[in-house]
Formats: sequence, C-alpha cells, structure tokens
Amino acid sequence: MLLIECPWCGPRDEIEFAYGGEAHIARPADPSKLSDAEWAEFLFFRSNPKGAHRERWVHAAGCRRWFNVERDTVSYRISRVYTGACEPVGEGQ
Amino acid sequence: MAEFRNSSGGRIDRARPLTFRFNGKRYQGFSGDTLASALLANGVHLVGRSFKYHRPRGIVTAGAEEPNALVQLETGGYFEPNLRATQVELYDGLTASSQNAWPSVDFDIGAINGFFSKLFVAGFYYKTFMHPRSFWMRVYEPIIRRAAAGARAPSEADPDTYDKMHAHCDVLVAGAGPAGLMAALEAAKAGARVIVADEQAEFGGSLLGETSGIDGIPAAQWVEKMRADLAAFPEVRLLPRTTVTGYYDHNYLIMAERKTDHLGRGMGGVRQRLWKVRAKRVVLATGAHERPLVFADNDRPGIMLAGAARAYVNRYGVKPGNTGVVFTNNDSAYEAAIDLAKTGCRIEAIIDVRPQATGAMAQKARAAGLRIICGAAIAGVEGAKRVKAVEIAPLSSDGETVGGPVKRIECDFVAVSGGWTPAVHLLSQSGGKLRFDEAKACFVPNVSVQAETSAGACNGTLFLEGALEEGAKAGRAAVEAVGLMPAQESALPKVETVEAAPIHALWIVPGKKPVGHGKAKHFVDAQNDVTAADIMLASREGYRSVEHLKRYTTTGMGTDQGKTSNVNALAILSRTLSSPIPSVGTTTFRPPYTPVTYGTLAGRDVGELSDVARVTPMHGWHVARGAVFEDVGQWKRPWYYPKDGESLREAVNRECLAVRNGVGILDASTLGKIDIQGPDAAEFLNRVYTNAWSKLGIGRCRYGIMCKEDGMVFDDGVTTRLGENHFLMTTTTGNAAAVLDRLEDYLQTEWPDLKVYLTSVTEHWATASIAGPKARELVGELAPDLDLSNDAFPFMSMKEATVAGLAARIYRISFTGELSYEINVPAYQGMALWEAIFAAGETHGLTPYGTETMHVLRAEKGFIIVGQETDGTVTPFDLGMDWIVSTKKPDFVGKRSFSRPDTARTDRKQLVGLLTEDPEEVLPEGAQITADADGTPPMPMLGHVTSSYWSATLGRSIAMALIADGGNRQDTTVHAPLGVKTLACKVVKPVFFDSEGARLNG
Ligand SMILES: [Zn+2]
Repeated sequence: MLLIECPWCGPRDEIEFAYGGEAHIARPADPSKLSDAEWAEFLFFRSNPKGAHRERWVHAAGCRRWFNVERDTVSYRISRVYTGACEPVGEGQ
Repeated sequence: MAEFRNSSGGRIDRARPLTFRFNGKRYQGFSGDTLASALLANGVHLVGRSFKYHRPRGIVTAGAEEPNALVQLETGGYFEPNLRATQVELYDGLTASSQNAWPSVDFDIGAINGFFSKLFVAGFYYKTFMHPRSFWMRVYEPIIRRAAAGARAPSEADPDTYDKMHAHCDVLVAGAGPAGLMAALEAAKAGARVIVADEQAEFGGSLLGETSGIDGIPAAQWVEKMRADLAAFPEVRLLPRTTVTGYYDHNYLIMAERKTDHLGRGMGGVRQRLWKVRAKRVVLATGAHERPLVFADNDRPGIMLAGAARAYVNRYGVKPGNTGVVFTNNDSAYEAAIDLAKTGCRIEAIIDVRPQATGAMAQKARAAGLRIICGAAIAGVEGAKRVKAVEIAPLSSDGETVGGPVKRIECDFVAVSGGWTPAVHLLSQSGGKLRFDEAKACFVPNVSVQAETSAGACNGTLFLEGALEEGAKAGRAAVEAVGLMPAQESALPKVETVEAAPIHALWIVPGKKPVGHGKAKHFVDAQNDVTAADIMLASREGYRSVEHLKRYTTTGMGTDQGKTSNVNALAILSRTLSSPIPSVGTTTFRPPYTPVTYGTLAGRDVGELSDVARVTPMHGWHVARGAVFEDVGQWKRPWYYPKDGESLREAVNRECLAVRNGVGILDASTLGKIDIQGPDAAEFLNRVYTNAWSKLGIGRCRYGIMCKEDGMVFDDGVTTRLGENHFLMTTTTGNAAAVLDRLEDYLQTEWPDLKVYLTSVTEHWATASIAGPKARELVGELAPDLDLSNDAFPFMSMKEATVAGLAARIYRISFTGELSYEINVPAYQGMALWEAIFAAGETHGLTPYGTETMHVLRAEKGFIIVGQETDGTVTPFDLGMDWIVSTKKPDFVGKRSFSRPDTARTDRKQLVGLLTEDPEEVLPEGAQITADADGTPPMPMLGHVTSSYWSATLGRSIAMALIADGGNRQDTTVHAPLGVKTLACKVVKPVFFDSEGARLNG
C-alpha cells in the first residue's frame, strides 16, 4: 500500500487513488494530421522504464484532482509529486 | 508431576495445572506451557508423520520456525488447522491432534512409502505422477490427497469475532528481545510514538530462556523492568501475542494479534485483530533461528535443536529426555549442554565437528564436567519412533567422510546446532538485500530499501552484549530520522560475555554410506521431506537457480517457509555446483511470516458487510414486494418480482407482456447521473461523444456513445440540455465512476481551457420509469396540469412538472421501445413518488418489472448494453450504429482510430441478430458461433452470443451475437455447437420488434 501525497489533501493511502499510466503524453492537437504509425505511438507505446517513472494519479476517493508522481519502478520510492508541466526525470529532487 | 517436568525452575505456574487432550489421550500441563512443552513434559516427542515418507516426527524447535509439530485444534466451527504446537499456549480443556498422521500417529499406513522411497525423489510430482495421464485423476491424486500432509479445511462457519485496527507511529519495533527492548526504550525516551510487537505471550525473546544475568539481576527480571518502564510512557503501545507478518511498500506493515487464543475458543469479545500500521521508521529485532545439522536420519523424534532444548529446560522446566548427546559445529550448543546438565539431564557427550575445542566455552563446559569429543560426527541414528542411540565416528580432515572406530552412545534425545540463521524475513519482504557472511556462515542484512534498521540477532549479531548495543543505537537513529532529539546517552546494561570460537560450516555431515545410498536419509527440509540427496539430484538434473530448485524439490515451500532449512538447502546446492553461496543466490521471503487466519484477514467484513451495497430510496418497497435482487456494480437492483412461486422465466414473461400490453414500472434510480455546467459544456460534449451536441435545444434529450481514444465503445446514455450552459448526462449503472474519472481527466489535463464543471448527482435523484401503451393515461392522472400530447411533449424531451404533488423532472425517453416517461424527484421523495404512482396505478394494472424484463424488452428492440454487446473491442460501426458517429466534427475522442487499418476493416466482428431454427431453443449467452454444423474441434470460431432471451412478446427465442463479417452474413445459417447438441441459427438484423419505432413515438 503506497503512501501518496496528494498535492491538495496531503499523504493518503494508495487505496484512495486511481492510476493513470505514464505522464506527459499529451493528446495530439490535431489527430487527423498524424500518420497511422504516429497515432499508434500515442495510443499504445509507453516507455516502461526500470527506475524513475513519471506517472499520473487521480485522488479518486478524495478531491478528484489529477497530478503527477515520479516513482521508482524497482523500489517504489516516490521522489516527487507535482502538478503541471513536464520536467526531465530527476530534476527538482 | 509429569515424568520429565523438573520440580522447580522455568516460567510456568505449577499452582495452576491445566488438562488437555492430544490425539485422544488426556494429559496435564501448567499455565505458561505451550502445547509442545506440555507434551514434552509428558514424554511425548512423536507428534506427527512426515509429508512423503510418513516417517515419525518429533518436536524440533521451541518457536515459530517449527517444521514438524503441526497440529489442529478443537472441532466444529472452532476447528483450526496448521498451528505450530510450539506456539500454541496451553489452556484448560484444549483438544489437539496431529495434522499428518493418517490413520494414526503410531500405526501409519503411509509408512509403507518408506519402501517406495525411490519414487519420492526430487521432482517426484513431475516424474512419478505424470504418466499415464488418465491415472492422475483416478489414482494418484486421491492417494496423494489422502496420505499427504496439509490441513483439512474447517467445515463450519467460525463463530468468533475478529476486527481490524489502523495505526500510525514514529517507530515500530518488531520483536521485544534484548535488541527490540533497547530500541523501544531509546525511542520512547525521545518522546516518539512507539509500537512494540512481539509474537510471544511475554516480552523478552531469547532472554526468557536465558540463565545469565543482566545488570546484576536475572535476565527475566531485567525484561520485566524494561517492560514496566516502557508501559509508563503514554505514547508507547505494547502488543504481546502480536506477530508482524507482512512488510509492504512505504513502511506499511501488517500485524496479527491473538487476543484470546490463550484462554480457549468462544471466549466472547474479539479473538484476533489485524493491525495495519504505517510507521515512519521500523526497527527489526526479530532474532535468529537455529539450523539443524544435516546428518543421517537426523529427523528421528527426540532429535531437536540445542537452543530449543535449552529453552524447554530453562523456560518451561521440562527435560527433553533423561540422557542426551549434544552435536554441534559452534559454541552456542555448549550453553545448552551446560544448562541441561545442570537441570537433571545426563549429557553423555558434546560431539563437535571442529577439530579442537579450546575456546572459553569449551573450558566452561569441561569445568562443568562435560565430555567433549572433537573432530567427530554422528554417523548414524538408531530408533524410529524415538532415538535410542547414536553412532559417533571421527571425521576426515576435509569433513567429507567418517572413518575409524565407531562409538555407540545410548540416549533418548539429541540436541543439535548447525549455527544460527538471522530471521531476515521482514527485511526481505521490505525489498532489502542480503549478503552472505562467511565467518558467521549466514545471510545478514546488507542494503535497506525502506526506512528500517535491523538490530541484534536478525542483523547477525548473535551475542547478547552486541544485541543490546545495536538495539539502543537503532532506537536512537530511528528517532533522529523522524526529527526528534534522542535522549541523553546512558550506559549499556552489563552482561557477562564469553568469547565465542568460530563456527565451522559443515553443510552435509557424512554418514556410513555416501549421501543418497543406503537406507539412511539426510533431511534438509523436514516439513516437505526434502533430503540432501534430492537437492544433489536436482542440481545434477540442471536446476541451478535456487528459485527453480525450490519449486522442483519443494524445499522451503511448506507453511514454515523453510525457516530452519533454506540456508542448508542453499549451501548444499552451492557445494554440489562448486560455486560459492553468494553466487547461487538467496530466496525471497513473502508475507505472511507465519500463517494468519482467514478470520483475522476478513475482520468484520463478513456476511452482509462483506461488500459495499448501494440501494435506491425505493429499496424497502422492492424487498416488501418479494423482489429477487441482482448486483449491478455495487447496486442492488430488483431482478424480477416473482408472484405465487413463479420461476424466473414465468415472472419475466408476465412482466414483459404487462409492459407491452398495459403499463409497467422500473426503478431506474441507479443510472449514473453527471451534472455538467459551464459556458463550454456543449463543446465538451462534442469532444467526448461521437455525435454533435451544439444544436440540441433546451429541454431536449439525445442518446450518445462515448468511445476511448482507440475508437472502442466505452459508455452510452442519454444526455439532456437543461439550460444554455447546463446538461445532465446519464451513464450506465456500473460505469458511472469510471466515466466521471475519464471526463475529469480530459478537463483537467487535456483541455484545462474549457470552462466546464462536473458533479456526480447519481444519488440526488430517484427515478421511476413508467412504460407501456397505458403510460400516458397513468402519468396524466398523476400530473393533471401537464400536456402529454405528442406535440407538446414529444419523444426525447424533458418537462418540469408537478407529479403527485412533487416537483419533478419528466424525461420522455425509452429503453423498452414502449411509450415511456421517466419521472425524477429528489431522492428523499423517491418512496413517496413510488407509492403515489402505485396508488394511482392500481386501476391500470401497473406491474413492477426488474432488470431481466428490461433486458428482454430492450433486446427485442435491438438496443445494446455496454459491457454485454461490447467488450472493449467493439466500435460503434461494429454495432451497426454508423448514424451516431458525426462525419462533420473535425475531432472527438476516438475519431482518429476509426481510420486505423484494423478498425476500418469491413470484416470485423459485427452485431447481428440470431434466430434459432427451433424457436423453443434459447441459446446460452457466450456460446461460440461457427460456420459449419459438424466440424471437429479445433475449428474456426466466428464469434459469440452476447444476449439471448425467451421473448414472450414474440413467442420465440431471440439472440444477438458478434460475428465476423456479420453484415455480409444476413439470412445465412450459422451454428452454435454446445457439446451435447448443435443449434442452427439464422442471421438477421438485430431488431426483432417494432423496427419502425411506432410505439415509442406513439
Ligand atoms: Zn486530494
């Protein structure tokens, strides 16, 4: 049971949250301009790293806000919880 | 007084005798005994039979690591299997029996397995029982199940009460031995919130069997003083009889507390409690387990670990026997020998595999008059149900063989020590890494992954002074790490220290014949009957990874998780592979540390409380009317309302005909409802639905399908425009929360510029859906001021009106294909509305109907149910609903995927109607559809039946199916092979009734 710090509500048990997959994959502004391969890349391909992973969570049983978490996929240690824009892995620790 | 009980000494209360039964016989013990110590006091060593060979087995340990003495307690609802006799506290009237002893401990038909023991080598499951295949079910499995180990499951419900507790603390200390007590006191003195949990009835751990003193007082007194000091701190919680069983991510730990087990069963109150603890820091002080030596026939009853023998005599005043031999490769067994000799046992000799015994402990033993035989080993054991004698022989200098004169020593017990294994289970569960310490011949903690520290024996510090010091240090470090100021450092308690001579690792003790030859067996894992020969064979067969070896030989796979056997198994594998232990690896421990009862895990979440149930405001009415309920998500929905013993089909036929010919009513309150407001609300709907919303008039309703980005149908429902910037969306009952999450996701992360606000209002409204040709008549009576004419109130529109004196929203929408009005009032008025409708409906023959009738009626109309006609691989086009996908909107969720090559294929699985050739036959939902009537499997499957019902209206069965290229199969015949028969079906359009929609528009 992870302990996740909601930026609005503070540290809460994982059971209050829902997972949203890899973060910073923006929906293309005009999907019709994308080739099939590019659209498939957006739909299906994720980085799946061993180590630092930026991912989305929503405080589903709380404030219902989405935010980003940087979590180590081996140790599950959470190094950062943040909202908003993409930053390179490892910054701001 | 029982034969082997000393008249004084130990922590038992001789003034409180207790009576108990074991395998049908009556015995006496004392308050403070465990079942194991009480049995030993009565001279009972033989407590069970082994798993494969059904060899007689005795008590080996005095704690959680016990591999043999598995017992089952009590009967009926109180029956409980898989308990270790070494941990069961004795109470008056306790009834126990051996777990593995069919038909009895003394005469065991399974012992015949001993003659066939060649069958039971490593991988015996895979080798012996595979061929011929047909023998498995008929012959092998019943024999194995009957004769093999493993507990029976209880047959009655458990009458006891269990519960759960959530707790937070600064420092959790697992284990209240010397290191744990020191750590807890240091943390408490700094003002930290501390929880101390220990699996035993009393705090003290190894000190409970210790004879030396601490700080000038007996160890047990020192423990009591520490406990009292700790109890005086208001922020300290002391939990004896509480096992830390699981260490999970982010310092989340699970503990199992046994509150009344020591008093007996059915004591009232809470029997066991599950603790869920979030700790800022954890101090692991879980001690160490002694290892046996792997020698020939080392499993004979009467052979036990030296530390256990010492604990029995010191803590329980019980002699393990009259005449004993001590067999060791390290110094700790000398202490056992000295204590056993002091308390009335005759110790014939200490057999030490080390070539010399010149250390301080050896001197001490000699001073106590004990004989030491160095450089020797036990090469053989006499006795089957109890050890009678051992054969001692000199060891060769490389330890590979025994030779020279064999000395026979008669004895009725043997105390063995092969060294100590730190109890690193919790550390391993936490993700921490171990390293092999050559000098100590054991794995010790190396790298922490979580906020924990190991202290004392579980950290490889196997002497008392070191454990006290490490505990204090760990406690101080823990409080510093949580931001508290450690108390002023005080002097460590003073203890007598005898310098220990180094251990000599001898992983296999040679016997008279090479390992694996002859009748003698060198047991490694007593619980799973795995021998040294099995491990050597497995490695010869190519099992080089310890994780594979474990599964192939089953070593360490028992309920004891190999607490006494893992290191020996690993070392023997390493020896056979001629590669060092660290490179062979170590095994990963998983929760729970010791078994936890289902009762504890379930807590109060049983019976009615086992799952969350949501009910509508009209639920009581449905119950009173005798409705049969169906679970839809968390909702309890009336499935059908049987009358006078009607079956499901009879009731549904009656309800269907009532709706088609008169008027029926459905409680539709469970539908998900999302209130959508804001200037960009219409634009938002344009983006999340496949069809267009900008031009929908106020007060008008529209059906929408929501896809995922991959173009597959996600949800559907009717959305109504309540105002220029105000919509009410309905979702399917089971998907409401997921839809809201998804919509929030888009608003917050993709389109934060849109001014739209979402609120879940599912439970704000109660909904009564009135459907049927007489619906207008009935609603007209309930809402006399409302113009219900088609012009004033057309299909797919909404009106606000007073219904039965209540302010209501009425939606003219239909899921049955009939003229239909959905009347919504605030939830608290739901029952009033429902009762008023029934009061007026009486004369119209108003019939309540449930979800089954709703499903039949909608299927007659070919209306889909998301999750039934769709499964995440179905597009709106696959459903034949091209009309709902806008071709004008530049973009919406899922649009781009419709032109992906696979999604655009024209031969995808498509929704069709199916009519069985025999109209009486109702296809089972999920049935596979094939093109050929009589193919032999495997044959190509075209698809499957998604919905299938008996239609009372049509007087025949109807079905819908998703089948490949369904659009082009119209009017062809396909087949549903059902095993016993194959049903031929005609492919038709998935609309069976009123295809022009005259009724719902009427
Ligand atoms: Zn929150």
